[in-house]
Amino acid sequence: MEYIKLLGILIVIIGFAFKLDSILIIIAAAFTTALVGGVGMITLVETFGESFVNNRSMTIFILVMLVTGTMERNGLREASSALISKIKGASAGIVIGAYGIIRGIFGAFNVGIGGVAGFIRPVLIPMATGAVEAKGHKINEEHLEQIKAMSAGIENISWFFCQVLFIGGSGALLVQGTLANLGYDVNLIDLAAVEIPVAITGVAVGVVYYWLRDRRLGKKYYNREK
Amino acid sequence: MAFFTSADIPLMTKLLEIVYISIGIICIYTALQNLKDKENPSPFGTAVFWGSVGVVIAFGRWLPNLLNGALILIMSASAILRMVKPGKNLAPTAQQTKASFERIGMKIFIPALSIGLFSLVFALIGWNALVGTGFGVLVAMVLLFGFDRANMPKVFFDDAARFLSIVGPTSMLPPLLAVLGSVFTLAGVGDVIADIVGRFIPAGNVNVGIVVYAVGMTLFTMIMGNAFAAITVMTVGIGAPFVLAYGADPAAVVMLALTCGYCGTLLTPMAANFNIVPVAILDMKDKLGVIKVQILPAIIMLVFQIIYMILIK
Repeated sequence: MEYIKLLGILIVIIGFAFKLDSILIIIAAAFTTALVGGVGMITLVETFGESFVNNRSMTIFILVMLVTGTMERNGLREASSALISKIKGASAGIVIGAYGIIRGIFGAFNVGIGGVAGFIRPVLIPMATGAVEAKGHKINEEHLEQIKAMSAGIENISWFFCQVLFIGGSGALLVQGTLANLGYDVNLIDLAAVEIPVAITGVAVGVVYYWLRDRRLGKKYYNREK
Repeated sequence: MAFFTSADIPLMTKLLEIVYISIGIICIYTALQNLKDKENPSPFGTAVFWGSVGVVIAFGRWLPNLLNGALILIMSASAILRMVKPGKNLAPTAQQTKASFERIGMKIFIPALSIGLFSLVFALIGWNALVGTGFGVLVAMVLLFGFDRANMPKVFFDDAARFLSIVGPTSMLPPLLAVLGSVFTLAGVGDVIADIVGRFIPAGNVNVGIVVYAVGMTLFTMIMGNAFAAITVMTVGIGAPFVLAYGADPAAVVMLALTCGYCGTLLTPMAANFNIVPVAILDMKDKLGVIKVQILPAIIMLVFQIIYMILIK
C-alpha cells in the first residue's frame, strides 16, 4: 500500500480547501507523511531545521520591510496618486489602466503602494468616479460597482504577473527551493527573465480588457441620458 | 567569527550571511517590541514566534539541525495556538504622510525603485541577487535619511516591526511549504503520484505533461486557494516526473507553472484575500464581482502560458 504515502497531500488539499490554519495544515501534513513514509521523528525535526535554513532566502522580504513602512510614512502613496492624476481628460477605464501599469512597474520592483485598503478605496475609486463626473454625468450605480470590481481586478492582475519580475521575490524563491529539493539548480535571474513576456501580456490584457469594458459601460449608462 | 575572517569562504557567501543576520535581528527586534507592548493581547506568544524564527534565520547556519528544527516547531506551535497577535498601531496619520509628501515629493520614488534595481544589477553581474537586495535597502535608507533627518535607524526598525506584526505568521508560509516539500521528497511521495498519474497520461510526451502540469496548477490553486501550496505538490507529483524528467528546462517550466497557478488564484473565492476581502473593503454588492471581471484575463493568460511553455521548454 504505497498510496498511504499520499495522506499528507490529501491533508494539504482538504486543509486549504476548508480554510484551516495554514501552518497547522503544513505541520500536520509533514508529521503524517513522515509517519506513513517511515521517516523517524528525529530525522523529521532535523529535516525541518535543515530545510528551513536552506530556504531562509524566502525571508528576504523582511529586510525590505525596513524601508516599506518608512516610505509609506514619507508620502509614497500621495506621490503615486499625484502621478496618476497627471493624465488629462481620462475616463474611468484609463485611470484604472494607468494604475495597472504603475502597479505593475512597482510590483516588479517589489514596492507596494497600499493595495485595496490603502490605495484603491481612498484614492483610485474617487479618481475614477471623478473622471466620470468631470464629463458631466452623475455616476451610475451599476457602473460604480463595475469600476470597483475592475479596480480590484487590475490590482490582482498587475501584482500577480509583475511581482515575479523582482529578483528575490517569494514566488521565485519557492520555485528555486522546490527545484533544489528535486536536485535541479536554477538561477533567480533566469526565473525572472522567463516571466517578462508573461508580465507584459498580463498587464496588457488586463488594461485593454477593462478599458474596452468601461467604454462599453459608459455608452450603455450615459449616452441615453443626453 | 572564523567564518567571516576565513579566506576560503567567498565574499558573497559571507555577505549573504550578514543579510540573514540582519533579517534575524529585525525579527528579534519585533519580538522584543511586542513583548513590552502593553496593548498587545498576546505579548509572550508573539515574542516566542518572532524570536524563535529570528534565531534560526540569523544563526541557523551554525546551530545543529535538530535545534533549528525544534525552534521552527516552537514557532509553528505559537502560530497554531493563535498566540501571535499584532500590537499597538503606530501607523502614520494621513496628515503626517501628506506633510511628508509636500516636503519630499516625487523624489520618494528613487529609494522605492533602488531595491529592485540593485537586486537586478547584482544578479546581472553575477553577484548574489539577495545581497543586491540588501544593498538596495541600505541605499534606500541613506536616501530616506537624506530626505528627512527624522529617518533614524529606530524609525526604520519600528516601521519594519509594525509591518511584520501586521502580516503575521502567514508570511512564514513560503519557507514552511518548502520544508513540507522536502519532507514529501524524503518520504518518496512524488514517486507514488507519478505512478498513479502515469496510468492516465502517456509517459514520454512532454507537451501532454506540460498541459496537465499547467492546468493542474490552475485547478489545484483554485481548490486550495494558494498557488504556493499547489506548486510544491504539483511539481513533486507531475512537473518533475512528466515534464522535467524528459529534459524540459526546469527554470522556465516550473516558474511558468507558478504563474499558471496565479490564474487559478484569479478564479477562486478560496483566495479570499484577493477576491473576497476587496468586495467587503469596497462595499460591493456582488460577492463574486471581482472574480467575474477576472475570468477572461485568467483564461487568456493560462492559454498564453501553455503555448509559451511548449515553445520554449
